[in-house]
Amino acid sequence: MKRYIDIYLSMMKLSILEQWQYPLANYFYMIGMIAEPVIYMVVWSTVAMQQGGMVGGYTPGEFAAYYIVWTLVRSMNVVFTPYGWEWRIREGQLSMSLMRPIHPLHGDVAFFAGWKVVVIVLWLPLAFALTLIFKPELNPTLLEGIVFFFAIWFAYLIRTMTLTLIGLVTFWTTRVSALFELYFAAELILSGRLVPLSLMPEWIQSFAWFFPFRWAFGFPIESLVGNMPVNELLIGLGMQIAWIIVGIIFVNIIWKIAIRKFSAVGG
Amino acid sequence: MKGIKLAYNYLRIGILNEFQYRANLYIQILQTFIALATGLIGLNLVFSQTTALGGWSKPELLAVMGVFTLIGGIIRAAIQPNMERLMEEIREGTLDYALTKPADAQLLISVREFRLWQIVDIITGFVVLAVALSQLNWLIDLWSVLGFLSALVMGSMMIYSFWLIITSTAFWFIRVQEIANLFEGLYAAGRWPIDIYPNWLRYGLTFLVPVAFAISVPSQALTGRLTLETWFGALAFTVFLFLFARGILKLGLKSYSGASA
Repeated sequence: MKRYIDIYLSMMKLSILEQWQYPLANYFYMIGMIAEPVIYMVVWSTVAMQQGGMVGGYTPGEFAAYYIVWTLVRSMNVVFTPYGWEWRIREGQLSMSLMRPIHPLHGDVAFFAGWKVVVIVLWLPLAFALTLIFKPELNPTLLEGIVFFFAIWFAYLIRTMTLTLIGLVTFWTTRVSALFELYFAAELILSGRLVPLSLMPEWIQSFAWFFPFRWAFGFPIESLVGNMPVNELLIGLGMQIAWIIVGIIFVNIIWKIAIRKFSAVGG
Repeated sequence: MKGIKLAYNYLRIGILNEFQYRANLYIQILQTFIALATGLIGLNLVFSQTTALGGWSKPELLAVMGVFTLIGGIIRAAIQPNMERLMEEIREGTLDYALTKPADAQLLISVREFRLWQIVDIITGFVVLAVALSQLNWLIDLWSVLGFLSALVMGSMMIYSFWLIITSTAFWFIRVQEIANLFEGLYAAGRWPIDIYPNWLRYGLTFLVPVAFAISVPSQALTGRLTLETWFGALAFTVFLFLFARGILKLGLKSYSGASA
């Protein structure tokens, strides 16, 4: 156990130092990302105002809060892209990491976790600017704050597992972009990224309950913004942990099968 | 005349090249279908809560979506690939090979790439537009068709010029890929009518990224909102932007010394 903690801390420190060298590139990336929630925010605030100040339980101020927190959760959701597995296999990167006496996935988890620390620091001024412009209504309790803190890191782990899983498909075929596109479309609709799930038709909401998407995106936002009762907060965290465990189990099983299929190219 | 022939030859080679990758057509169809489906879901969600958004009805916004898809297809077929290649070549220093050819540099760098399968987006855009117009009980009227087509040409020219300006900054700042990402984010704003955005964003969209002109003006032409003043304004802006982009490119080429080739 101590060995793993040491490895994680060192890897995270490395990636923090590495990413801190490119604050401008990181910023451009984040600003580009912000266009999407700002568009949603403006559209839904307009609808809310036309409907007498509220739609789907959200006022314009609450939409602002939802989509500002959205930007942080979206940043936490950035993990190693499934498109990257093809590159890893083609360039022989994988052969290298297979040689190490540690599962290659630990490297991904630690590297991106370190990067997240940099992202959160860079996010703070952006959030401040968005708050001044869009005037969100946000009054979290201490408990909501604590749940939110854990929820964004759990969200990060869930998305790491799901994207690794579909990335592993690359071991069997390299024509993967169609599958990935479908996956990302389902995620957009069912996660709360496009709109808060409470605006979706009833059946989509109950449908979304059974997929990992909303636990990796909508739930963390709502835990801070949505005034959820304590038991729902705890159920949410429980669902997140359950998905992380299911994810780890599946990644391990598929990994074992996939690695037998692997044959190196280049290197 | 020579320029048109040159562009035609590059187009032909580009199409032949794309025919080597026929499976990409099916992937493109799927991608277009997914983009269309998520767009329609978003539109339906908004209109399940309201009957008009900023004074635009649902079929009218469907028409905007058609124009959005159509121009997005033009951008990804003919504009973006050329600009990305230019960016790459400035960094690698291989732009020398283009500059030493006996043709106008701007013409040459703007016609070298063509992604045929993006035509799926262009066709889909037209289909969405046709559906929207039939829902609006639109009667074909020569002026609005002319207004629409001219606005489409002007919009494409504006976006082309804007991309050329961004790409030309690569002569001074090597890393501009992130700015290209920013463009894609802002372009998505064109899916909704420009009147709903707060003022600072609206002016930003119209003048920094000519998205508003490129998508709203053609949509306005079809929905009978286009005034003669806006049309002339768009024309003046197109000409200005084109000349400005050409100027920046020339300036950049002067300071270009070939990185490594």
